[in-house]
Amino acid sequence: MDFRYTHLDALENQSIYILREAYRKFKRLAMLWSVGKDSSVMLWLLRKAFFGHIPIPCVHVDTSYKIPEMIAFRDRLAKEWGINLIVGQNRAVLDRGETFPNGRITRVECCSFLKKDALQAIIEEKDYQAVIVGIRRDEEGTRAKERYFSPRDKNFEWNFKDQPPELWDQFKTDFDAGTHIRVHPLLHWTEVNVWEYIGRENIPVVDLYFSKDGMRYRSLGCAPCTKPVQSRARTVAEIIEELRDTKIAERSTRAQDQEAEDAFERLRASGYM
Amino acid sequence: MSTLESQPNSSAHALRIVIVGHVDHGKSTLVGRLLHDTGSLPDGKFEQIQAVCRRRGMPFEWAFLLDALQAERDQNITIDVSQIWFRSATRSYVIIDAPGHKEFLKNMVTGAASADAALLLIAANEGVQEQSKRHAYLLSMLGVSQVIVLINKMDLVDYSKSVYYRIEADYRDFLAKLGIQPLRFVPITARDGVNLIAPPNDVVKWYSGPTLLRALDELTPPAPEAEGPLRFAVQDVYRFDERRIVAGRIESGTIRVGDDIVFSPNNKTSRVASIERWNAPIKDSASAGESIGIILAEQIFVERGHIGSLETQTPIETNRFRARLFWMGTRPLSTGRRYKLKLLTQEIECQLVSVDRVIDATSLDTVSGLRLSVARNEVAEVTIQARSSLVMDNHDKVAASGRFVIVDDQNVAGGGIIFGGTYVNRGRIRSTNIFWSEGTIDHRIRVERNGHRGMVVWLTGLSGSGKSTLARALETNLFNRHMQVYVLDGDNIRHGLNSNLGFSAEDRVENIRRVAEVAKLMADSGLIVITSFISPYRLDRARAREVILSASVEFIEAYVAAPLQVCELRDPKRLYKRARAGEIKNFTGIDDPYEVPENPEITVHTDRESVKESVERLLDFLIPRLQLDVAEYEI
Repeated sequence: MDFRYTHLDALENQSIYILREAYRKFKRLAMLWSVGKDSSVMLWLLRKAFFGHIPIPCVHVDTSYKIPEMIAFRDRLAKEWGINLIVGQNRAVLDRGETFPNGRITRVECCSFLKKDALQAIIEEKDYQAVIVGIRRDEEGTRAKERYFSPRDKNFEWNFKDQPPELWDQFKTDFDAGTHIRVHPLLHWTEVNVWEYIGRENIPVVDLYFSKDGMRYRSLGCAPCTKPVQSRARTVAEIIEELRDTKIAERSTRAQDQEAEDAFERLRASGYM
Repeated sequence: MSTLESQPNSSAHALRIVIVGHVDHGKSTLVGRLLHDTGSLPDGKFEQIQAVCRRRGMPFEWAFLLDALQAERDQNITIDVSQIWFRSATRSYVIIDAPGHKEFLKNMVTGAASADAALLLIAANEGVQEQSKRHAYLLSMLGVSQVIVLINKMDLVDYSKSVYYRIEADYRDFLAKLGIQPLRFVPITARDGVNLIAPPNDVVKWYSGPTLLRALDELTPPAPEAEGPLRFAVQDVYRFDERRIVAGRIESGTIRVGDDIVFSPNNKTSRVASIERWNAPIKDSASAGESIGIILAEQIFVERGHIGSLETQTPIETNRFRARLFWMGTRPLSTGRRYKLKLLTQEIECQLVSVDRVIDATSLDTVSGLRLSVARNEVAEVTIQARSSLVMDNHDKVAASGRFVIVDDQNVAGGGIIFGGTYVNRGRIRSTNIFWSEGTIDHRIRVERNGHRGMVVWLTGLSGSGKSTLARALETNLFNRHMQVYVLDGDNIRHGLNSNLGFSAEDRVENIRRVAEVAKLMADSGLIVITSFISPYRLDRARAREVILSASVEFIEAYVAAPLQVCELRDPKRLYKRARAGEIKNFTGIDDPYEVPENPEITVHTDRESVKESVERLLDFLIPRLQLDVAEYEI
């Protein structure tokens, strides 16, 4: 056995520490399960932190536009790992057809309705004090400025101009009723780290990430707004190899980010993940 | 770029570098340029910023690469920390861009606290400024010791050698006072990429040192603290299945299966039966940084906040300590207000006892005048009192357990590092394998019937300083208030319980230990115990405090101060005379030291105050703490 303490061990230990802090501090805690690679890593880390158990519910916000393989993968894993799966959906908007591209609204508005509003509804319904979300600092500029424990106010808004200080692994865990906390245990990971860890631990992910007919998905979202990239990477090792040399941003295939200079910032400030 | 190939060694830790300095000295520009020149920008990012700048009718702004928030671009300042990754030929880096503006100090602290090394940036045309100094001071407190100083905007001073060396000399002096020895000074012009990656041969002929990137590659990765004293911070205790797992992180040192672990503050000991991990190689030890679980051989009571250590290297346990602290809160840190203190996984209510020294972070001078509070952005040395025992280390011994934050009204508002605490060798004062039997009549019930709290008032001072006089006067006064009070002094202890003890160093230690244990039992039964012993050694008093606190009883160290000459003149028992004549050996003040309390709860000066005045001052201090209706002293 190789016992050397690697950078993956350091990342893993820090994330476990954060998950245990969140579990201890918030009685009503849930994980947001997007069914992407980062979520898979988070589920794995939950099992690491709690010695094989996933003691909190996992919420999937289903926009109904997710790529079908994602739903199949979700249901299979939920069954195999005994996950308490909770599915949230903005039924009203879907019924009225107010979605992109047919509902004559922008991509950003669509994200806001189907993801943000659906998430808000389920947080309110279940009265969650905190939600674990798998965002990373290297994904995007405003995420780079996030905290491990990031408060959202009563209106779900992120006050990025006045964030709590975080030092020496002491986090903001007290807050007024009505507000909630986003917990970000993967904040310090990079896209390459995620794949290195998936490879080392042999963590299951959706097949869409691997090359088929010269294309693969690098980031997964709704079918109308997510495009695959050209790639020959058919294994985790090949993906890591590819990412070492790439100069294409991870979320460049997510069309909603590109609508305006501050499109993603506004989405996030109003409560998006 | 020939020096920048793709990452050769993926298993290397990414070194975390924070960039700090005065506002507008070019931090974000440096990062933007560095990313561009190392080929770390994603395709299209450069063009995107170009378009943003054109739309605003301004020249290309490197800082926009990092200042991701609209408000940051609009005001052209960094509001919050940003982090970005890049690689050199030898390793990966995380660059933490911290805001320089004073208003965003808490964000700067957030960025710097997690860094392995720092780049301190100074604009050559402005020289060393307020934040250049304040940031350096904070780095020294936050424990970032590897520092490279960059003198930026060299183009604005025509690459002048004399300007460069003058700034270097100035700043080197200042950093030396903080105990920071910068590894390198490097002249650069970030905007033009001068001396970042490529050597500046043609522009700065007089400089022969490394480029910024080479200087970065010289830094050493953080050393794990696997060799230090074991500190295992308990986060939680899980029972998801048949196992009872004590979960936590090794903050320092190494834990091994078979080790006997002391859990403080209640100091129960149990052996490590196994170390638990999920889906990981089986290993019978764990070292600093590892989040693990342990299963104990004996079923002792352990909960979140307990700190595990080895019996030979236990931490400090006290409710009163000194610290150097920086304050970021909107409201000042003030005496009389209650705060929450967080140290590792411990959380406890605390109060500011005194502001011992406010330090001007830019001149390092002591701010004069008596202060009762610490304002935003100030650095100070303070004394803090917690409601009950706290487990800690001096920061220079174990960093992780030597630092804490203070929460004011839900928000982390200050951070501090502990110094000057006394270590007590637990092995000498504790017998093992003795278990308490807890009766159903508890402390609370006794206190309610008495109408006041139990407490130990520990008078310490030279022989003849007036301890006995004050003890008796205090006893009379409290008794007349219908309180249960008793004085322990040489007369009733030395002749009975301690009649087998002499005055050797060993016997004196044992004498004080027994007094502390008896005082603890009496106070636990609800009495106010006033002890009147010279108790000259700091360590003995620290032990006494620990013993008393272990029963959740308040301990008041009262220093009865009077100069030796005054005491010798009084000489009520003619002991000084005999000591001077050589008839008594090891007499405190003559041929044995009296260690003045560094941090007593209260000091009375019997050379300047009448007995009545001293007693009144003691009463003013004690009465509110004895009363039941004052919630903050509920212990």
